[in-house]
Amino acid sequence: MMIVAIGVFVIGITFTVVLSFTNSKLFPSFNFVGWRQYEILWSTPRWVQSVTNIWFYGFGHIVLCMGVGFALAVAMDQRIRGEDAFRTIFLYPFALSAVITGLVWQLMLDPIWGFQAFVRSLGFADFTFAPLANGETALIGMIVASVWNGVGVTMAILLAGLRGIDEEIWKAARVDGIPAWRTYVSIVVPMMRGAVATALVLLVVNVVRTFDIVIAMTGGGPGIATQMPATYVIDNINSRNVGHGMAAATCMLAPIAVLIIIQAVFRWRASRRGRTTS
Amino acid sequence: MKSFFPVVAMVAAAMLGSTAVRAADVEVIHWWTSGGEQAAVSVFANEFDKTGDKWVDNAIALGETARAAIMQRALGGDPPDAAQFNPGRQYEELIAAGLLLDLTPLAEKEGWDNFIRPEQIKAPCKIDGKWWCVPVNIHMQNWAWASVAAFKKAGLEVPTDWDTYLADLPKLKDAGVIPFAVGGDGGGWQISLLANQLILAQLGAETVEKIWKDKDLALAGGPEVLKAFQTLKTLGSYADAGSPNRSWADTTSLVISGEAALQVMGDWAQGEFQVAGQKPGTDYACLLGPLVPEPKYVRTGGDIFVFFKQNDPDVERAQLSLASMMVNPKVQALFNTAKGSAPVRDDVDMSLANDCMKKAIEVLKQPGSVVPDANQWRNEAFTTAQNAIFSDLIYNANTTPEAAQAQFVELLKNAE
Repeated sequence: MMIVAIGVFVIGITFTVVLSFTNSKLFPSFNFVGWRQYEILWSTPRWVQSVTNIWFYGFGHIVLCMGVGFALAVAMDQRIRGEDAFRTIFLYPFALSAVITGLVWQLMLDPIWGFQAFVRSLGFADFTFAPLANGETALIGMIVASVWNGVGVTMAILLAGLRGIDEEIWKAARVDGIPAWRTYVSIVVPMMRGAVATALVLLVVNVVRTFDIVIAMTGGGPGIATQMPATYVIDNINSRNVGHGMAAATCMLAPIAVLIIIQAVFRWRASRRGRTTS
Repeated sequence: MKSFFPVVAMVAAAMLGSTAVRAADVEVIHWWTSGGEQAAVSVFANEFDKTGDKWVDNAIALGETARAAIMQRALGGDPPDAAQFNPGRQYEELIAAGLLLDLTPLAEKEGWDNFIRPEQIKAPCKIDGKWWCVPVNIHMQNWAWASVAAFKKAGLEVPTDWDTYLADLPKLKDAGVIPFAVGGDGGGWQISLLANQLILAQLGAETVEKIWKDKDLALAGGPEVLKAFQTLKTLGSYADAGSPNRSWADTTSLVISGEAALQVMGDWAQGEFQVAGQKPGTDYACLLGPLVPEPKYVRTGGDIFVFFKQNDPDVERAQLSLASMMVNPKVQALFNTAKGSAPVRDDVDMSLANDCMKKAIEVLKQPGSVVPDANQWRNEAFTTAQNAIFSDLIYNANTTPEAAQAQFVELLKNAE
């Protein structure tokens, strides 16, 4: 286990960082050029746009997934009939790869084949709905598709968290006459902190590595409107500019590293207080 | 059952003739997937199969994707036997790393030096006196393809110069025709191609080289190049909503059907018109330059094939046999007629070629007419970044030609 951890992960990450200071082309070379790749990187409009995009996309994706996911989980938790069927339906999109999701939504949002053409065929000749064709709305179209794909998992995790709450707590809250929404916000959610944290971490990781849905839906376009850091890295590696790609990859790694450190600090503080965060 | 296999082997041997060579499979990666391209690549495949060896087709759509796949295979130690590239710097690391089969003995035996022309086509393959690849065609990129029917629908004649066409754009739009057809797939290579032709039209053959070859920043930031950027912006505003992630072939099919008026694209688009059964002059117009009344320049690119070392004498023999076949005059004629490109040798019977191609071959013969594609001077990383700049200009309403030009100058400054 240790060998795998060190061999694959630590060495892999070290190589990424080291190569980012070289001018490696197709093959790795150790011709060091200092911070040059980073200077070029942050003066390249496509990279800057990619970084802006991922913040916007990430914020939209996480907020919507958490919001809608929690709402669905609460709805499922009302002892409804046919819960299994609903759970399957909501979870089903996640069984599709992001590529399939992207292609399906791309087709639906396509002005010539999709929703716009359908409404026009009903007689509304001036109806326009082509979010992916416009650089200012393409990212929103992508968020909608990715939420459709990912919300089921968030729902499932949060639902598991809800089910982990002792029935006695609900009874106690009811006896005290606390309204249900208040019980959720003030008692239940803090108690299922672990489930929320898990769902959040999964969403963040999903966002950072966003790649396939971009390729399937827009190819990064229109123009560079939906480019993401991951597509930038891959394009640079594929166009035999490995050093530059690695500089971009290192920049992608940095926020994740910060998150891991923050998490580690929290856990350390929690363990000092003599309890574990579930 | 046991006796069956020797019989098959004997029959096969008999069919191959009395030579002791064993037939080999040659796996070829290329990105020829559109209708016209398929017609062309089957010429290679069929002619090669006739020699007794077998062409194993591995077509991967989109050049960027195909080249990435080739490189992954090469890095992973399992390269294909033959692979397509564009002439220039796309395969320089492969040569330096010694992964490619040296074609020099074959080239010297067959005298490639004597018949492959012009020099600009030879140079990307013959490096320091050694042949590393086979040029198979000369593609000319500075073409515009116009639908006669679409212009007629707007009550217009097909224009022969930019000013007329730019004035026609609003009229075409009013007539319900897509005035300008362009596609933005693969990061925007089609838009780069268009931009490069617009810059060529502004600067002319001698001067335009200075930008990509010598990295002349003053010229790249100058008023002529700005004019080209402005034209690009105008054209982009007349593209349709389906444009952003569309392939060149789908875009051409809009011109073929008359839904769109005009597309700037290399001569490979001509293969699509041929497959659709259209005739130049009556159904579509081919405008070299692009859209220049008296075209004097051809911007040449094309395709080359490299052969990876395989350490198997049978495969190596088959690889060399394929290389030799690719420059064979008869195969050159059939292949290039289907592909819409010009042959790499002068002694090819191009009577089958249509008027568009004949016009281009005449220009090609003039001294000083050939302007190699920017791929020849700059590497693929540059091309990828350049695609992003041009496609951002065309699809992002907030990007001004001035801002895009500044990005372009910055890119050139950092280029290796």
